[in-house]
Amino acid sequence: MVYLIGSGGFRKRKHDNFPHGQRREEKENVNPPSALMTSFKSFQLELDTRHDKYERLVKLSRDITIESKRTIFLLHRFTSAPNGEEILNESEVKLDAVRRKIKQVAQELIGEDMYQFHRAISPGLQEYVEAVSFQYFIKTRSLISVEEINKQLIFTVEDREETTNMTSNSHDKQPHTWSLKVTPVDYLLGVADLTGELMRLCISSVGNGDIDTPFELSQFLRQIYDGFTFIGNTGPYEVSKKLYTLKQSLAKVENACYTLKVRGSEIPKHMLADVFSSKTELIDQEEGLP
Amino acid sequence: MSVSEMFAALQGALGQDQDIREEIRKVVQALEQTAREILTLLQGVHQGPGFQHIPKKCQKAREHFGTVRTQMESLKTKFPADQYYRFHEHWRFVLQRLVFLAAFVVYLESETLVTREAVAEILGIEADRERGFHLDIEDYLSGVLTLASELARLAVNSVTAGDYARPLRISTFINELDSGFRLLNLKNDSLRKRYDGLKYDVKKIEEVVYDLSIRGLNKEAAVGEK
Repeated sequence: MVYLIGSGGFRKRKHDNFPHGQRREEKENVNPPSALMTSFKSFQLELDTRHDKYERLVKLSRDITIESKRTIFLLHRFTSAPNGEEILNESEVKLDAVRRKIKQVAQELIGEDMYQFHRAISPGLQEYVEAVSFQYFIKTRSLISVEEINKQLIFTVEDREETTNMTSNSHDKQPHTWSLKVTPVDYLLGVADLTGELMRLCISSVGNGDIDTPFELSQFLRQIYDGFTFIGNTGPYEVSKKLYTLKQSLAKVENACYTLKVRGSEIPKHMLADVFSSKTELIDQEEGLP
Repeated sequence: MSVSEMFAALQGALGQDQDIREEIRKVVQALEQTAREILTLLQGVHQGPGFQHIPKKCQKAREHFGTVRTQMESLKTKFPADQYYRFHEHWRFVLQRLVFLAAFVVYLESETLVTREAVAEILGIEADRERGFHLDIEDYLSGVLTLASELARLAVNSVTAGDYARPLRISTFINELDSGFRLLNLKNDSLRKRYDGLKYDVKKIEEVVYDLSIRGLNKEAAVGEK
């Protein structure tokens, strides 16, 4: 590798710090490095630091996604489990673990522009919204607001041990509270995915002989669908895209209610499960599940 | 809050966001127009007689940058100062273009690489994020890479115009730039792709230098410059 470097002239002008290019070619390794090389070394450091942080956030986001998904699977078992209370408690434990990860995300973002790293954490946050709103629905039969979600994402310095661990920002004034705000778009995308889970809840609840939940769900999903229709195309493309799947989920739930209404009286309760299990197979096949 | 109330509030937030973006787009359009004017002006250096008018063109370009600074001031007012990266995509392209143009002017004036701080000053923005609307390092580097391509073209046209010394100086400059870029660990993004083009610029300039040296034209140029 041949380094062609200016002849050591570090003339400092008003607008630039780099020496003239040489007119004759010289093959030499110059000590000290030119101002240009020094600059690029600092660029290397800056970019590496930025990429490292991004990677750390991606990893956290993946953990958040996995644990949120597991919480959702757990909550689906609520319908058939005799100990519903136990399942809800366990789900709260899981979600607390997710929130601890989100706390780490918030910590990484102290002093940063959140939007610079948004793409790294958005998938995890959407999955979290889906999980926490699912739990909230099971408990209250209503939709959790984004404000309510964000209230749970305000973190404080809990004990001295935590302060000493926060070395990455030790040169900054360590805040006593920091938070992560789920954006309106991430919230909407999470809620859109929630409707898919609610659709599955509807089908499985009938299989358990619960013929009230489908009608509750139908009403609830319709409210959400109305909300998304109201938003229409004023949101970003990703939101509009979800509308299609949402409509399908709503249709499946409405069809389930129809079947219950029309045929519910003629089929004995213990056979209702069979009617819907064949339907469930069809639905799963459509969605490409094994 | 009922579901419909929640969605109404969300729609409000989304609508607000769209409004901001619309305002930003308008200013960016104006910036793009100014950038085109500067580019048209500077492209003239590739023509034969253009070489003589370089100082004048640089001066005129710097006047245009005054307009850029005014437009930047306007852009800064269109969104909350701490949400730079939320809207960054809107001006990323024109900013990279302006970095290239500033770097080109500085090169034509002094044959050196403009620093990040110097470009920021020319454009009327900050070099650090903490101080406000700033120049992102990747946008600076993208603009510099565009300069490399432009200089490769300039090397070719210099020879055509009879200036046999300039390509040699461009060669030295580009090779040092290449060394600098080799220090960077880039991810597979648009900056990386643009960097991949640098080796073709280097090659092109090497060919020009080779063409000159085997014909002894570079020595002629060296003699001419003493």
